[in-house]
Amino acid sequence: MYGRTVNSSAILEARDLTKSYPTVNGPLVVLHEVSFALRPGSTCAIVGPSGSGKSTLIGLCAGMDLPTTGEVSLDGASLGALDEDGRARIRCEKVGFVFQIFQLIPTLTALENVMVPLELRGQRNAQPQAEVLLGKVGLGDRLTHYPAQLSGGEQQRVALARAFIHSPKILFADEPTGNLDADTGRMIIETLFALNQEAGTALVLVTHDNELAKRAQQIIRLKGGRIVDGN
Amino acid sequence: MAWRDSRTGRGKLLLFSFSIVLGVAALTAIGSLRRNLQDAIEQQAKSLLGADLVINSRDAFTPEQELWLQGLGGQQSREVSFASMLYLPRTGSTRLVQVRALGGGFPFYGGMEADPPAAANFRRSGGALVEDSLLRQYQATAGDELKIGKLTTRIAGALRKVPGETIAMSAIAPRVYISLEDLPKTGLLQEASLARYRTYFKFDAGVDVPKLITRIQPELKKFRFSASTVEERKRELGRSLENLYGFLNLAGFVALLLGGVGVASAIFVHVKQKLGTVAILRCLGASISQTFWVYLAQGIALGLIGTMLGAGLGVAIQGALPRVLADFIPFDYQFHVMWLPVARAALTGFVICFLFALLPLLSVRRVSPLAVLRSSVESESKRRDPWRWATGACLGLCVFGFAMTQSQNRWVGLWFAIGVGVAFAALAITAKLLIWTTRWCVPHQFPYTVRQGIANLNRPNNRTLLVLLALGLGTFQMTTMYLVQHSLLREFIVGTGPRQPNAVLFDIQGAQLQQVTKIVQSEHLPILDETPLISMRLSSVKGNAVDQILGNTNRTRGHTWAYRREYRSTYSDHLRDGEKIVAGKWIPQVTNAAESIPISLEQGIARDLHVGLGDELGFDVQGVPISTRIASLREVEWRRIQPNFFVVFPRGVLESAPAMHVIVTHVASADQSARLQREVIQEFPNVSAIDLTLVVQSIDSILRKIAFVIRFLAMFTVATGVLVMITALLTSRYQRLQECVLLRALGASRGQILRILGIEYCCLGLLAGLTGTLLATLAAWALARFVFHTGFTPAAAGILVPLLSVPALTLITGFLISRGALKQPPLSMLRSE
Repeated sequence: MYGRTVNSSAILEARDLTKSYPTVNGPLVVLHEVSFALRPGSTCAIVGPSGSGKSTLIGLCAGMDLPTTGEVSLDGASLGALDEDGRARIRCEKVGFVFQIFQLIPTLTALENVMVPLELRGQRNAQPQAEVLLGKVGLGDRLTHYPAQLSGGEQQRVALARAFIHSPKILFADEPTGNLDADTGRMIIETLFALNQEAGTALVLVTHDNELAKRAQQIIRLKGGRIVDGN
Repeated sequence: MAWRDSRTGRGKLLLFSFSIVLGVAALTAIGSLRRNLQDAIEQQAKSLLGADLVINSRDAFTPEQELWLQGLGGQQSREVSFASMLYLPRTGSTRLVQVRALGGGFPFYGGMEADPPAAANFRRSGGALVEDSLLRQYQATAGDELKIGKLTTRIAGALRKVPGETIAMSAIAPRVYISLEDLPKTGLLQEASLARYRTYFKFDAGVDVPKLITRIQPELKKFRFSASTVEERKRELGRSLENLYGFLNLAGFVALLLGGVGVASAIFVHVKQKLGTVAILRCLGASISQTFWVYLAQGIALGLIGTMLGAGLGVAIQGALPRVLADFIPFDYQFHVMWLPVARAALTGFVICFLFALLPLLSVRRVSPLAVLRSSVESESKRRDPWRWATGACLGLCVFGFAMTQSQNRWVGLWFAIGVGVAFAALAITAKLLIWTTRWCVPHQFPYTVRQGIANLNRPNNRTLLVLLALGLGTFQMTTMYLVQHSLLREFIVGTGPRQPNAVLFDIQGAQLQQVTKIVQSEHLPILDETPLISMRLSSVKGNAVDQILGNTNRTRGHTWAYRREYRSTYSDHLRDGEKIVAGKWIPQVTNAAESIPISLEQGIARDLHVGLGDELGFDVQGVPISTRIASLREVEWRRIQPNFFVVFPRGVLESAPAMHVIVTHVASADQSARLQREVIQEFPNVSAIDLTLVVQSIDSILRKIAFVIRFLAMFTVATGVLVMITALLTSRYQRLQECVLLRALGASRGQILRILGIEYCCLGLLAGLTGTLLATLAAWALARFVFHTGFTPAAAGILVPLLSVPALTLITGFLISRGALKQPPLSMLRSE
């Protein structure tokens, strides 16, 4: 088992994570006793073939669901000990997320989408910050556009701005370039790493791209729900 | 292909079809009711009148008239009816009733219904047949003693039904039947007493009644009689039932139209979700018409299912309608399923549903194959589609045509169609305005959840307009009814202050006035008004004899009532409260009664008689001719609780004429009112008393019955509104769930999500309630002002109840529909699509 050692200064620590779903043919195990830890400000790539459990792992680490067994500790807080609202508070304060299919709220403009995490925290000055951040990702002139009026690349840049606006301690990105052309994908990755550098945000990246994975300080390879290489 | 394509959305399509179910059900049930009533009228024509012919008079028949009536032949039955006080010694209760002294074999067709049935033979077995509701009110039973005037008899039984009469109107003056032989024993009919005299006829089979009426027309005019025949009664009843049917049908049609709007909106969302499939089909070589027919077939299927379900439900609920309308239909009838009206209602429902569905379906023809490559490609050409205009025009024509065929009066039909258009347009405009307002006028200082909830009202794909229409229309119908009912009742509200009149003693003879006054004063009650009443008839107008005028129908222009009626006039040297001179000069007193007397005439009756200032009127004051001229015209506030008069004489003319007197007072409680009535009636049985609080209660009960019928129909609209709202919220459910889960993934707590949803639904409900109530207030004001000609008094309850209940209903429905949003783990977002 790789990554079994526990690092007390870790921003993220997964211990023996197992996730299974009930089916008519018995439980379907998607993740099997996965453990790893991540230091603050570091970068990690999760790679593996389709169906290897990458998205499930990243979702459990971000507190979006609970493991069947095992434990996730995020910035010192044990997610399993919290209720859904407690986990939501952790996500709101410490986590940023970039989805493969952007997941912008279709009824909000680009600016409003970026403002959401700060507004959920009750922060009043969300708009100027969101405008600055959208300017940084090159969308200063598309503030009032709805997602449907933006291209895929533009939508993902809005999603990036949204993920960073509340200065999260850790950012999860689930195949952020999966739906983008090569040039746009490259630009998104550069932005991700640049923001990681600037803000010291830990970055967990799910990708199929081995070249991209090599840029991360740590690579976790999954196969059949198990870690096969955790260097 | 249509069948296969619907595989994933059949449940949804079935749900959409529910929108029109209630509208079709209402039309089906009402249509069947109409046919059943028509059949019943045909079958029971004669029992609707109880006789072949009825001759009515306001005066007792003279010997000459008696002789003439006898000469008409056939079996005859006599009835004298008048208002008087009933006294029940066991309970000590008194009540103004309509006494009917009946002799002979009436009803010749059909029968009176009584409990026990033998009580209907009261003419032979003795006693009185008393209105069922009155017996219940005073807890009296058969065998109890009762007094009418000087007659003491016992209650033979409860009166349930008289041929051709409705129960509703008996609420004001309950009927009490006694034998004609007992009438003199009451000692109530005096010289100037108001009574109606009727003769009922049953002729042999060979007698042609319409021909007979034509033959006796000159005598009827000469004696100032009116006549009613079976044919006339059938026509009158048929006409009023057609009006009732038309009204009910139009009310049901509103539900159908609202359902149509729901269908259009649901199909719009369905088509929008299918644009990708349409584009793929087009890419694969399907023609525009092929793709259009795939979805048109689904629309037709939806319409057929909704129509069939509606017709089935209509047949099932039509059994309830006779119970709802029982108090307004004066005959019994059997209820059978009438297939023609069912088919007609189903066809109407289908056409309306089809046209509403066609509007959004037309956009399928404009989907570009390019949409496969890029979903944001404009799927619909911005060019105006003539088919859309044509469909809209067809829809408008259908509404207009339906309204015209349902109303007896074309103007009513036109106004209904305009009214529906205005109500829809007003709700739509209000919704647009409110959407605009929420977009620009929400302060940034508001918490995020509040701003987000309010902003959802104007986000893309919002359902604000549809929910506002759906709930607003139902609220509008229900609230309008309540406010109109309240305004009408306010007209009769009796004052509660110590100087406000609320009890009237009338039919007091001159000789009894002093003693009655003493009784009133001994109870420490104020005499608020004491007025003499002198009965008289109009004998000439502008020098022309009334008989001559009545003979010339062109001159009376339909207002024969004003010429034929008995006038109960008064004399006074001052104007009464609520009276105003609008023309001429008020003359308080005359010294020389031999000249033409200057009188004051009420302006409405002056219009009916086609007379003005200075015109001469001749009166026959109980055998004494008096010549008058109109010196002034008065405006009279008829709704005031006091004796009001068409004709007021100056002092110095009528003082010596036989008069009845009216005393108006104020009683503090029901007990005091009962005590006063008991004391007066025991000593002076001919005197009648009206407790105005009781009258208001009676009017209230009638209005409640009418309102109940209308509310029953309005419930179809409200229920359709809720169904349309559910459809609207369901069609946006996926988007809502997606947003909620995403917000939770971004860290929103359960409370924040609930607050956002709650504020959105609350705003929707509040706006719908507010718009519906505002429109209802306007409509109720217009109805009160222009139709009922009364003042409008807004009712706090009528306004507050919808403002609270509609948001509550929306909130509950919204949360029920969105409850999955809170259960979904955020991780599902990673797996979606």
